[in-house]
Amino acid sequence: MKKITTAQYKEMLDNITPGSSFLLKSLRAFLIGGAICMIAQFICNYLIGLNLSQNDASTFTSIIMILISAVLTGLNVYGKIAKFAGAGTLVPITGFANAVVSPAMEFKTEGYILGLGAKMFIIAGPVIVYGVLTSVICGFLLLIFRTVIG
Amino acid sequence: MKKIGKQTISLNNSPVITGWFSIVGPKEGEGPLNKYFDVVLEDSVFGEASWEKAESKLIQTSVEGAISKAGLSINDIDYIFAGDLLNQCTSSCFGLRALNISFFGIYGACSTMAESMLLSSVFVDGEYGENIVAATSSHFCSAERQFRFPLEYGGTRPETSQRTVTGSGAVVISKKGNGPKIKRVTPGKIVDLGIKDANNMGAAMAPAAADTLIAFLDDTGEDINSYDMILTGDLGKIGSDLLKEIILRNGYKTDKLYDCGLLIFDLESQDAHSGGSGCGCSASVLSGYIMQNLISKRIRKMLFIATGALMSPTTTQQGENIPGIAHLIEITCD
Repeated sequence: MKKITTAQYKEMLDNITPGSSFLLKSLRAFLIGGAICMIAQFICNYLIGLNLSQNDASTFTSIIMILISAVLTGLNVYGKIAKFAGAGTLVPITGFANAVVSPAMEFKTEGYILGLGAKMFIIAGPVIVYGVLTSVICGFLLLIFRTVIG
Repeated sequence: MKKIGKQTISLNNSPVITGWFSIVGPKEGEGPLNKYFDVVLEDSVFGEASWEKAESKLIQTSVEGAISKAGLSINDIDYIFAGDLLNQCTSSCFGLRALNISFFGIYGACSTMAESMLLSSVFVDGEYGENIVAATSSHFCSAERQFRFPLEYGGTRPETSQRTVTGSGAVVISKKGNGPKIKRVTPGKIVDLGIKDANNMGAAMAPAAADTLIAFLDDTGEDINSYDMILTGDLGKIGSDLLKEIILRNGYKTDKLYDCGLLIFDLESQDAHSGGSGCGCSASVLSGYIMQNLISKRIRKMLFIATGALMSPTTTQQGENIPGIAHLIEITCD
């Protein structure tokens, strides 16, 4: 075979690979992601209507959304919605619940400790680690900012 | 000397494929090759407690089926060459442990069917055995959990990705008997052209397929257009396009290129992105659709080139390239 350099091969590949439709995917993510948030807002407003405080209503809304996502993951429905919605189902709190429930289901065959227990946070783990780290950094920045501004 | 040219082995005793069996999962059964498989599962868990156990049962079923279709019994088999995608060749070792036959576990990623057939036919040709089984398997669900994400995780796949086939195929290669013959084989080299994207394995494997095909043509002086079919393992849509482009640059033009990954699924209606992949893809297509075409003489002379992407989740996470490999088998019906 005649020699092909990696650069030449990359060019061949780029010419063949179909482009991903960024606009269509963004629109789907916006619609489904927005719909999830809207459902949550309805639940929250309903709870406030039941005389719960804003804080309590928000907490209960999160719990309800996580429950819905976990159940839909177990029924193999969440993945199907996600296939259509992309980032629309990934970003809200429901995506986080799906990322915890799906490995818990998958790795149950290796036992409750080293399977389910150890692998449960295999996807969500990094999100928690860097989420906490980012909060700490932002906290420090705020502290410095406030000290300087006085 | 049985070696011709740089890489090719001529099998002067022309080992015969005397038995073959294919078994696939429900999604593969919904594809265009439905009627050619021996068994289509209704449920991909196959009545087992784990995906690994299900895959082990797949390969056991296909090996036993191929032996029986060859009109042989387990005691007639001298050796088995088999492998799969799972760590430590799990499904081959566990699926075949009950058979009590001398076993060689091999790994060539998705090129394993051609690798096991190549080694089996060389053994038979060298008269080290009369009947040898070559087999492999893959399972969508066991491959997903080892290489990608949990099944219910709501991730999306790019268009370049391929779907691991749930299936297994086995063939019996014998010294005597009726069936298609294996004339020459070309073991492939590891080829790396810098692809890093684990969602584009077709692109990683295409240069290896081209390298082995061109090596065979150079070694034997055969005309590429003398073949009814040149069947690659699982390059998928993008890999197949790249293979066509690479061999064209080397001065070879043919309209006889086919790919198991493109044959097994209807890409549009089955949402299979770039096509099927996994050891079981080329194994089940060869042991089903292709063998039936060889028997009915619709295909008289063909090259089977199964392709493998030699990566692991660890090497991908460490930023390594994905090297490819392809082994070639020349099958004729006279």
